[in-house]
Amino acid sequence: MANDPIHQFQISKLIPIEIGGLDFSFTNSAAFMVATVAASGAFLFLTTSSRGLVPGRLQSISEMLYEFVASMLRDAAGSHGMKFFPFVFSLFMFVLVGNLLGLFPYFFTITSHIIVTFALALLVIGTVIVYGFWKHGLGFLKLFVPSGVPAVLVPLVVLIEVVSFLSRPVSLSVRLFANMLAGHITLKVFAGFVTSLSAFGVAGMAGAVLPFVMVVAITGLEILVAFLQAYVFAVLTCMYLNDALHPGH
Amino acid sequence: MFVAPAFAQSADEGAAGETHTETGVEHGSGHEAGFPPFDSSTFPSQLLWLAITFGLFYLFLKRVALPRIGNILEVRRDRIAQDLDQAARMKDEADAAVAAYEQELAEARKKANVIGQEARDQAKAEAEAERRKVEARLDEQLSEADERIATIKSTAMKDVGAIAEETAALIVQELIGSKADKSAVAAAVKAVRQ
Repeated sequence: MANDPIHQFQISKLIPIEIGGLDFSFTNSAAFMVATVAASGAFLFLTTSSRGLVPGRLQSISEMLYEFVASMLRDAAGSHGMKFFPFVFSLFMFVLVGNLLGLFPYFFTITSHIIVTFALALLVIGTVIVYGFWKHGLGFLKLFVPSGVPAVLVPLVVLIEVVSFLSRPVSLSVRLFANMLAGHITLKVFAGFVTSLSAFGVAGMAGAVLPFVMVVAITGLEILVAFLQAYVFAVLTCMYLNDALHPGH
Repeated sequence: MFVAPAFAQSADEGAAGETHTETGVEHGSGHEAGFPPFDSSTFPSQLLWLAITFGLFYLFLKRVALPRIGNILEVRRDRIAQDLDQAARMKDEADAAVAAYEQELAEARKKANVIGQEARDQAKAEAEAERRKVEARLDEQLSEADERIATIKSTAMKDVGAIAEETAALIVQELIGSKADKSAVAAAVKAVRQ
């Protein structure tokens, strides 16, 4: 069981709660959601508490995160998009800190569960749809009819656009989920090699050097992936929000 | 600590209504594989806690953290703009001061020229007056001297006849050994002098 690479994704109940036949237990996943939110919230809050005109190191990190997401959103969706800034920033921080926390040994990775990433993706698409119709009414449907397409091709293009729109939440959620899942499984498998090989004495330990180096390298790669996937998630969110703001292509 | 399969199954039945419509295809393979991410019995709990934590996080960031960071950045931007303005104003002031200084310098130079010119003119006039006075005095002295020379000359000339007569009479007396006729000597001297 110790070497089972799937074991790390197991959800265990910490405080069993059941309401109306549904299991709403406070699990290790919920605990790490709380940890993610608490850590990032506390970081942003505490590092900026001095409100330094000349920022310290930690305050600079908070400001850089702020300006990074702000410029990302402004580039993708224009200045009108800034009303979604708290939303995009929350998503980015939640995914980023969730990914990074999951890299600690024995820690649970909340973004390695498809339901979490899918819920976040649905939240994004739901926001796009609701805001799009609220702002533009039926004009939002122009999103599916690119301008400058010959009339004959319109039905086909609309079909393609609709399918691509509907596949967005799936691709958004599966991308993040699969990256986290695969990365953690790979780490676990190589780490498992190290322990299994070391059990065969000195020769085994010498042989374990290679997977050990791989574990170190993959850990570095996973830190990169944690950042990258949070960035990709946020950037795609910005682009989808741009569709809601400016449906005419 | 792990989810008991029996419980997972029963919870899954109960959760069917809400969660299955949302999640669509993904959890189809969940039950038999026992793969935790596809175990739909954990979905209600994860969704609930995600909603709670993410909702609170969103509210906290929107109400507290982000306005604060935005405020810090804005204050800094304002401060920088303000400082730049102040620097520009100070530069303008310095430029104005330099211009005023240069103008004053030019005026002072002009004034100095005027004063110098005046002083020069005055000095020239004084020198001229002095020269005239000296010249006048010299002229006066010259004429006085001329006058004196003339008087001396005339008196000298007056005496010359008598002296010549006397001398001539003495010379004649020495030559001939007797007193010369005074009137003859006077006539002779007179003849020579003319």
